[in-house]
Amino acid sequence: MNQSAEQSVPHSVLRSYLLEAKFEFLKLIRTPAFAVPALLFTPLFYLLFGVLIARGQGGEAARYLLWTYAVFGVAGNGLFSFGVTVALERDQGFLRYKRALPMPPGAYLCAKMLMASLFAVITICLLALLSASVGKVTMSPAQWLILFALNIVGVLPFCALGLWLGTLTSGQGAPAVVNLIYLPMAFLSGLMLPLSILPKFLQTLAPVWPSFHLSQIGLSVIGKHAGGNLWLHAAFLLIFTVIFSWLAIRRLARSN
Amino acid sequence: MLAQLQSVHKNYGAQPALIGVDLHVNAGEVVALLGPNGAGKSTAVALMLGLEVPDSGAAFLLEQSPHQLRARQQMGVMLQTAGIADQYKVSELIILTRSYYPQPMSIEACVALAGLAGLMARRYGQLSGGQQRRVQFALAICGAPKVLFLDEPTTGLDIEAREGLWKAIRNLTESGTGVLLTTHYLEEAEALAHRVAVLNQGKIVAQGSMSDIRALVSQKRISCKTTMPIASVRALAGVLSATRDEAATTVVFTEAPEHVLRQLFALDADLSELEVSRAGLAAAFLQLTQNNQQGAKS
Repeated sequence: MNQSAEQSVPHSVLRSYLLEAKFEFLKLIRTPAFAVPALLFTPLFYLLFGVLIARGQGGEAARYLLWTYAVFGVAGNGLFSFGVTVALERDQGFLRYKRALPMPPGAYLCAKMLMASLFAVITICLLALLSASVGKVTMSPAQWLILFALNIVGVLPFCALGLWLGTLTSGQGAPAVVNLIYLPMAFLSGLMLPLSILPKFLQTLAPVWPSFHLSQIGLSVIGKHAGGNLWLHAAFLLIFTVIFSWLAIRRLARSN
Repeated sequence: MLAQLQSVHKNYGAQPALIGVDLHVNAGEVVALLGPNGAGKSTAVALMLGLEVPDSGAAFLLEQSPHQLRARQQMGVMLQTAGIADQYKVSELIILTRSYYPQPMSIEACVALAGLAGLMARRYGQLSGGQQRRVQFALAICGAPKVLFLDEPTTGLDIEAREGLWKAIRNLTESGTGVLLTTHYLEEAEALAHRVAVLNQGKIVAQGSMSDIRALVSQKRISCKTTMPIASVRALAGVLSATRDEAATTVVFTEAPEHVLRQLFALDADLSELEVSRAGLAAAFLQLTQNNQQGAKS
């Protein structure tokens, strides 16, 4: 091979990653039936249950629920954008076709991860707007910044779980399977309602859910967490992400 | 050699898909892999692409493992199903796929070869089945690959589009590209292939040039209208098989056409609409796979 060929390889790899992400984005916004509910579901829930119904409590409930609904939102972004799209693309043979092509390894998953993060940013922006305007929530700039940073990184464990579910389910079955995990997880880790109103037995099970750990880290910023060690919460999320990514990638390498 | 399978065995569960298959593609030639559905054609392609791993034997792409990105950067592929999402525009698909290759073909050349002029701004889902197939062909060639895998590329194409694609394939082979083509359209193999391999029940039952394959079965096909009962036609010396269709045309296969014709003329002076032709690849192919099945049974 001549020199120019060797030079163009690293250049084209980065370009493939960027193009992959760009077209994944265009594909999603051209599917309003997927994009609109995915982006509006959580903010509307927050407006109804976090702001309007809890109005009597002087903004305290709106502030608490801002953090837990942010987790609810990004968990949905990660689970659905991976679980459902990967299952569909696997069913339709697109994943197999992509594996045959000389696509740089990782470009496919990286594009999906960026999309899940982008959806997470939009979700949190909408939540922040609603909470600061209608909900009259006030926080320090640092607290707002942590809200964004934490949850954008926090989408990753749910991407990993979603990816794994996507390798197990069919395209048609995936939305149901993802919802069957997503909604109970949200309730059982105290995102919609405080954990204290759940039966004792379910409260002790909350730490099995990644959403519990992410919300605990977030709530610690406003002093409302249950008092666990933050490093342990972070370690759980990291290990959870690694294990499910590994399970999923192992299955992807084998499946069609 | 651009692509090669070396005594490859592959089972799906207990079901053998390929049994000791040797196959290779050289630069500048079209190899047609023929066979009935379920013969193992797509499995052979999947192994050469690294989508499947052989149970024993080896698959090579540009003398390397097909799992090597560097090897796959020199191949293009059109699978039977691509599963491309409807929302992509044709131009986006080509730009993205081109970016995977170090030295791709220009977009203009790719569009011209695949016959996509005027379709670039359209969404994939708005295209007809034939147009989608042409987009998939464009994606296969856009990287200027040294070797091209086409798994039943003309399924769903009309005659004009099919001939356009054949012309593009000939252009590419003239400039040195090697092509592995699976098809069950025999005229496609006859039109394009330098070499043919016939796959049946996971085994290569015949391999060689087009004329080698035809010579393996030196049959001629006689078709005519005759008043003779079909049973009497079958009973003539030298007749291998004889059938009569709804239009009362009798079709006879034989290896001794002159001998059979002499008998026919002697028995039916009013014989009409006579046509004698070399049995096409279809007949050769049918006989090969049938012989193989009988061989397997006995």
